[in-house]
Amino acid sequence: MIDHPDFVIDVQGGGSTAGIQACLNNTVHIGMSSRQLKDEEKRLNQIIICYDGISLVLNPRNPISTLSLKDVRNIFSGKIKNWKELGWIDRRIDAVTREEGSGTRGSFEELVMKGDEIDDGIMVQDSNGSVKEVVATDPYAIGYISLGLVDEKVKAVVIDGIAPSIDAIKLGQYKIVRPFLYVTHGELDDSGKEFINFVLSEVGQNVLKKEGLIGAYD
Amino acid sequence: MIKKAFTKEHFVKYVLIAFALSSLLFLFLIFIFILAEGLPLFQKVGLKNIIFGFKWAPTKGSFGIFPMVVSSFLVTFGALIIGAPLGLSCAIYLSEYSGKRLKLFLKPALELLAGIPSVVYGFLGVIYIVPLVRNYFGGAGFSLLATSVILGVMILPTVISISFDSLMSVPKTYREGSFAMGATKWQTIYKVIIPSARSGILASFILGMGRAIGETMAVIMVAGNALRIPTSILDPLRTLTSNIALELAYATGDHRLSLFSTGVVLLVIIMTLNYIANFAIKRRVLK
Repeated sequence: MIDHPDFVIDVQGGGSTAGIQACLNNTVHIGMSSRQLKDEEKRLNQIIICYDGISLVLNPRNPISTLSLKDVRNIFSGKIKNWKELGWIDRRIDAVTREEGSGTRGSFEELVMKGDEIDDGIMVQDSNGSVKEVVATDPYAIGYISLGLVDEKVKAVVIDGIAPSIDAIKLGQYKIVRPFLYVTHGELDDSGKEFINFVLSEVGQNVLKKEGLIGAYD
Repeated sequence: MIKKAFTKEHFVKYVLIAFALSSLLFLFLIFIFILAEGLPLFQKVGLKNIIFGFKWAPTKGSFGIFPMVVSSFLVTFGALIIGAPLGLSCAIYLSEYSGKRLKLFLKPALELLAGIPSVVYGFLGVIYIVPLVRNYFGGAGFSLLATSVILGVMILPTVISISFDSLMSVPKTYREGSFAMGATKWQTIYKVIIPSARSGILASFILGMGRAIGETMAVIMVAGNALRIPTSILDPLRTLTSNIALELAYATGDHRLSLFSTGVVLLVIIMTLNYIANFAIKRRVLK
């Protein structure tokens, strides 16, 4: 912003659907989304600016560190309810998901659930941060959050033998990956183009990488 | 001179009337907006499918909020089970036993309790109550039990202040009469004062329920927000209010409308409770 004093960028929360919707309504020039566009949204142009892994997380006191994708699907669809079935103690699994409409949940449903429904008995939290907080305090919890937010308070789960990491994602080994999109409706004006060029430039990409995301070209 | 003062008086009076009516206007506008946004979905999907529907998947066309209606009432009764006896005992102590000095100290403390923001209650719940429930009772801790405890404390100020007022409004002659008959203090309270203040105490419980059913932030933080009707007090649950607050940020189209429909249902429930409470209070006044 120091280099471009006349640019105005408003930051607004509300999630992927809000970003896409604002763009469809022509309220904004560029909308942002952390999930793939749905079919009815496909008339927007999309620009992938970076990728983000979604990591399954457990409490550090949980001795389990690897799960198969199928285990995860069974936990969240309510078929596996007890840690005993996964080789730990006889205790109910406290699974946590995100709320309906969230981009992270949308991506999780698409990449992990693959058509199975997330069970109604599973707890719901309304942000990556709250999910992380629940998992960090409850030894029997499991949840999923953006890879960039994993720290020592929670333990990232190795899925099908692959630990979620930036390198594993770059190599295409870790599969639970979603794109971060900029979406536009119709042709952009010059300043809009300049902004997107900036984000896709080396400087812009480095800013994203510093946040634990994977660059668009890697 | 006199005439001028007179018109000034009138001017002030009408300005005040205008302001007084504006609160009515706000209420009216809120009603209009919620109904305008919430009712179309009832028409489209059907009242029965919303209120008695079990499946909530608004992005996939299911808008059933029955589990949330049930959950809202469960946490409300849970709060009442914890808050009502505590609050009533406190009110009885304040009105019948405590000295003037203690009263001067306790009343402001209660008002302070009412002034604590709900997010603080929720935060304390997550940090202390939830782990306590998890460690000593089992389950995830995010549960009907934890929510009821938090809400039980939150409704205390309402229950105490209204039942205190109604206990205080029992005429002094009742007490004197009872003592004169040889009744002890507790017999007087139990047999004379509480029955005379009954409708006010009832009203305090009902208004406490209204407070509990409308509470949002603290509930989101400790309830776990799962979509199923809880089968035990250790199960997580989602209330009507938390459903709106959880999903509003991401909701568009029918999903958004369905949250307004949730609001309509909530409005009807709270209006009914308030109506019943007012009825109870009025009956007392008429007596």
